[in-house]
Amino acid sequence: MLLAYKISLFLKLMVREFRAQKLRMALTVLAITWGTISITLLMAFSVGIERQMHKASSGMGQGIIVLWAGQTTMPFQGLPQGRRIMFRPEDQDLIKARVAGVDKISGEYMRWGVTIEYGKKQVSKLVSGVYPDFGEMRSHYPQPGGRFIDQFDFDSKRRAIFLGWKVAEEIFGTVDPVGKMVMVNGIPFTVVGVMVKKMQDSSYHGPDEDYGVIPASTFVGIFGDPYFDNFIYSVKPGVNTKTVEQDLFRVFGSKYRFDPKDTHALWFWDTVEQAEVTRKVFLGIKIFMWFIGGMTLVIAGVGVANIMYVAIRERTREIGTKMALGARKGHIILQFMTEAMFIALFGGFLGILFSLAITRAFWLIPMEGAMEFLGRPLVNWPVAIITVITLSTIGFLSGFFPARKAASINPVEALRYE
Amino acid sequence: MNNNGHLISMKNVTKVYKTGKIHVDALRGVDLDIGRGEFVAIIGPSGSGKSTLMNIMGCLDMPTTGEYHLDGRPVANMGIHQLSSIRNKKIGFIFQNFNLLAYATTFENVELPLIFAGKPGAYRKQRVMECLENVGLANWAEHKPTELSGGQMQRAAVARALANEPDIILADEPTGNLDSKSGGEIIDLFEQLNELGRSVVTITHDMNIAHRCHRIIRIMDGLIESEKHNGNGRDKNLTQD
Ligand SMILES: Nc1ncnc2c1ncn2[C@@H]1O[C@H](COP(=O)(O)OP(=O)(O)OP(=O)(O)O)[C@@H](O)[C@H]1O
Ligand SMILES: [Mg+2]
Repeated sequence: MLLAYKISLFLKLMVREFRAQKLRMALTVLAITWGTISITLLMAFSVGIERQMHKASSGMGQGIIVLWAGQTTMPFQGLPQGRRIMFRPEDQDLIKARVAGVDKISGEYMRWGVTIEYGKKQVSKLVSGVYPDFGEMRSHYPQPGGRFIDQFDFDSKRRAIFLGWKVAEEIFGTVDPVGKMVMVNGIPFTVVGVMVKKMQDSSYHGPDEDYGVIPASTFVGIFGDPYFDNFIYSVKPGVNTKTVEQDLFRVFGSKYRFDPKDTHALWFWDTVEQAEVTRKVFLGIKIFMWFIGGMTLVIAGVGVANIMYVAIRERTREIGTKMALGARKGHIILQFMTEAMFIALFGGFLGILFSLAITRAFWLIPMEGAMEFLGRPLVNWPVAIITVITLSTIGFLSGFFPARKAASINPVEALRYE
Repeated sequence: MNNNGHLISMKNVTKVYKTGKIHVDALRGVDLDIGRGEFVAIIGPSGSGKSTLMNIMGCLDMPTTGEYHLDGRPVANMGIHQLSSIRNKKIGFIFQNFNLLAYATTFENVELPLIFAGKPGAYRKQRVMECLENVGLANWAEHKPTELSGGQMQRAAVARALANEPDIILADEPTGNLDSKSGGEIIDLFEQLNELGRSVVTITHDMNIAHRCHRIIRIMDGLIESEKHNGNGRDKNLTQD
């Protein structure tokens, strides 16, 4: 009873103080809200961007290497330099047999300007001929209801085609393409699947959304290409991609008779290595963002401390007056404390609320072009809560010490304070 | 022995202010007794130590040496809570510059000592209105100090000083910021309070005001230089050191 009564008295006093300090309170709340929003959003976007970058960089495929044949630049065993190297279909088995580090591999034939028709719609696109393992390596995931080229398609040289989602949309519109017949250079093919939409920030033949894939066996049957345009392969876990490269130079060097040190004979695009670089770059960006976040926190903290400090200086005379009227030290300190706590928690609450609102609002914006890379910002709760706690603590301490000091001096000194 | 029933009893009280290397002897050995129901004026030139003396009386400051008994109890031995309680209940302090909280209404200003005393709401309401009526400000309860005249502000301060029915009113140049008419009204109030038995001590530069008090104490260079009784007072407990 007595306690409840004391609390009610205290609240009455506090409400009165709040009324008097509207502007200052609003400014402090603003400082904390602002600090919390800045830091929380910085981190939220950092998470979103990181995820998007990861998604995009794995769009072409995760942990794959693209291998092209080049041209010799060194004379070798009596042969002149300047010879073109071309991969033959049987090289795929050669690699499988001779290079232990290779996990999955698929040669790839390409043909540009292939007409694909459905009904009255006709487009001209790139078509690749590949092996069944290609699909998983290159993240060619089928939309529900469809599938990628499988071993059976390959073995029986089926006229099966897997379409990028954009091609499918262009020729089918809203019709479900799976199971439908399209004409590829005038030859009927069955659509077995359509690729799911994905982010892709790199490619070696244009975006995957905009082409079609058929079995390599079928491709050779129709177009008669004697050479692969390139290989796609992945390495076994724990195997260094550089070792595999050296092995490939050795194996192909002895088959096509070029110097294994002739770096222009084979060309590699090592996305594993690239992913590592990207990861490091992003780590750098993240450290930078944490640093900026930390600085923002310090600035917000200084702002809060400053406002609290100035407030108590300004109110030292008032403290003196209250002490002269018989206020206890506890009355004075408690008042400033509660005020600081209230401000900090209210500011933190608003900050988190706004951060959530802003990040959610971002989810609603259609993500296209550069916006796509902002991804879906996610509020990092530990960061948000640590920010609020830090700012509250700063507010608390910067309120507590001057208040305690003001309440500890003689009332006379507090009253004389200018 | 120490107080002889005196409300205020000082023996050889000194006060030294130290600011850096400079020492100011503001009080240099003051002996003073003030009894219940006295009406005292403290006069003296600027810087003579009047405010210093009154702050010590009001437990807003502590003497450097010497003894001060308030209502028979040695102030030196009191803890901060006891001092707060004494300032709250035994003493009503009035300042030259009013020291009202600008953001609070007159009512709320007068209510403040009652809140610090932990009085219940209903009692506070009734008591605040009583005090405001005493000083003629009942109609100004809901106004802010900025809406009051100087005289009204000082009357609000008097009401605030009276809230907890203190034994003694201490006023440091209460009329210093007022015109003579408003100042006169404050002294009228003091007279009324004194007639009801309350001790009143006021510092003043105005001899007209001093002469309305029953006892005049002149301070000079930190010492009581002379004392004079106006003879018409109710004070019977004269100092006899
Ligand atoms: N806090 C302080 N620190 C240092 N010196 C002080 C302090 N307060 C008062 N003094 C000095 O002590 C002396 C007495 O001051 P006090 O305020 O008591 O004088 P006063 O008689 O009230 O003067 P006035 O009529 O101008 O109000 C003065 O010399 C003053 O400068
Ligand atoms: Mg003075």
